[in-house]
Amino acid sequence: MSASSGLYHPTVARLTYRALLGRRRAAILFALPALLLIISAVIRVMTGADDETATTVLGGFALATMVPLIGVVAGTGAIGPEIDDGSVVYLLAKPIKRPTIVFTKLLVAIGVTVAFSAIPTLVAGFILNGNSQQIAVAYAVAAAVASIAYSAVFLLLGTVTRHAVVAGLVYALVWETLFGSLIPGARTLSVQQWSLALAQKIGAEGAISSDVGLPLALVLLIGVTVAATWYAGRKLRTLTLAGEE
Amino acid sequence: MSSIHIDNVSRWFGNVVAVNDVSMVIGPGVTGLLGPNGAGKSTLINMMGGFLAPSTGTVTLDGTAIWRNEQIYRHIGIVPEREAMYDFLTGLEFVRANAELHGLGAKEAQRALATVEMEYAQDRKIATYSKGMRQRVKMASALVHDPSVLLLDEPFNGMDPRQRMQLMELLRQMGAEGRTVLFSSHILEEVEQLAAHIEVVVAGRHAASGDFRKIRRLMTDRPHRYLVRSSDDRALAAALIADPSTSGIEVDVQEGALRVQAVDFGRFTELLPRVARAQGIRLLTVSPSDESLESVFSYLVAA
Repeated sequence: MSASSGLYHPTVARLTYRALLGRRRAAILFALPALLLIISAVIRVMTGADDETATTVLGGFALATMVPLIGVVAGTGAIGPEIDDGSVVYLLAKPIKRPTIVFTKLLVAIGVTVAFSAIPTLVAGFILNGNSQQIAVAYAVAAAVASIAYSAVFLLLGTVTRHAVVAGLVYALVWETLFGSLIPGARTLSVQQWSLALAQKIGAEGAISSDVGLPLALVLLIGVTVAATWYAGRKLRTLTLAGEE
Repeated sequence: MSSIHIDNVSRWFGNVVAVNDVSMVIGPGVTGLLGPNGAGKSTLINMMGGFLAPSTGTVTLDGTAIWRNEQIYRHIGIVPEREAMYDFLTGLEFVRANAELHGLGAKEAQRALATVEMEYAQDRKIATYSKGMRQRVKMASALVHDPSVLLLDEPFNGMDPRQRMQLMELLRQMGAEGRTVLFSSHILEEVEQLAAHIEVVVAGRHAASGDFRKIRRLMTDRPHRYLVRSSDDRALAAALIADPSTSGIEVDVQEGALRVQAVDFGRFTELLPRVARAQGIRLLTVSPSDESLESVFSYLVAA
């Protein structure tokens, strides 16, 4: 196999996920889903199965908070620290196309985000109401789709700024949560709302609602993911490593 | 055999000019890139390594542009100055990963580790390595694909004398094999010990190029000092001071030698043996006493 063929390089993937899961920040990857599962179990035991409660927990905590946070950790963590400390030079000084490096890291970030957010969301949904009205599946799919877009956006952030984590948190918490609830227009530009459009389609009639129509949501999801990935590849191609001078 | 050509290269960052119209050719053998901190050495090495675009001018390897050309890394091995290198891996895992990124495998990784004599610690995590061990594993990662060009940014920084000697020996060997080895340093004795050929950069400009003794000789307006021992020091001193190429002579009684200061290098080197022969004086020692890079360098910086 030639080192430069294809858009996926197994060695880049291995280095990326080992770096991601080996860092202290990775604790968040385990803590948040654990919290979701514990909350779900407690609610189920205390109040019994209830569709509205399930929607509140899955929409309010899982999709609105947990998915973007895990997206920030996985997306920025897949490349940001390597650029910060300069070790990315060992990847860049190789006859491998830069888009291959970015795409492989994106796949790893998506994989980690889906594993630590979409799958726990599905499990939490089953715990909460046993997938009544398809709510568990709908939110899990929304979480998976959001994982892809978040990973791409935060991976890009990791290549353009040294403060990717802060920028990511600001976007995830301030933009998605705060502005989204204050300014209706901001919701159109929200990964969360786009993925909710998909959840709305999957869930039973009236169970879940989004502020964005499905066709627009899909176009925006795909557009943002592709554009962010393309730009990250471009950025990496002309990445200037800060010298010591 | 490969050569890096730097043609009329400048690089600026905002208003700061880091490299100013530099042209040089780095050919096979060991070349030292010498200059004080902030002279633009790292900027030059980053351009040679394809991590920085020249603002103007071109940097090529055997006629092929280096910037935005990842295929060039089939021929270039890079040993970065920065320490970070996937500390969570073992030395073997790290070098193996580097081999895989070149489309190579375990065999090449093992060979590279053997070259730098790091097999004994290859199963330890890099996080536990000393500075010198890290440097050697970095070398292994740069050598894994048997490149014709090796670029090292301040490779001796923070190494102890023994590690320094080992690395120098390794680089000498690489140069002798016909590889193009370029290393940067701000420490003169390192360059003096290792590189036959030096390129000096001062304040972003290419200050000098060539064999360091030759460079020294180019600076004819600077006095050259020699330590001379002969069968009759006083008679020789008298004969030498009569010529305008000599500006001063001290008879060092304790050393039993003459300290001669020459202002015209060419004329003095021709004068000394002629005078000695005419006077029937045997020359026992003639050695330049200030041809250390330190003196060359301080001269260049002051100029």
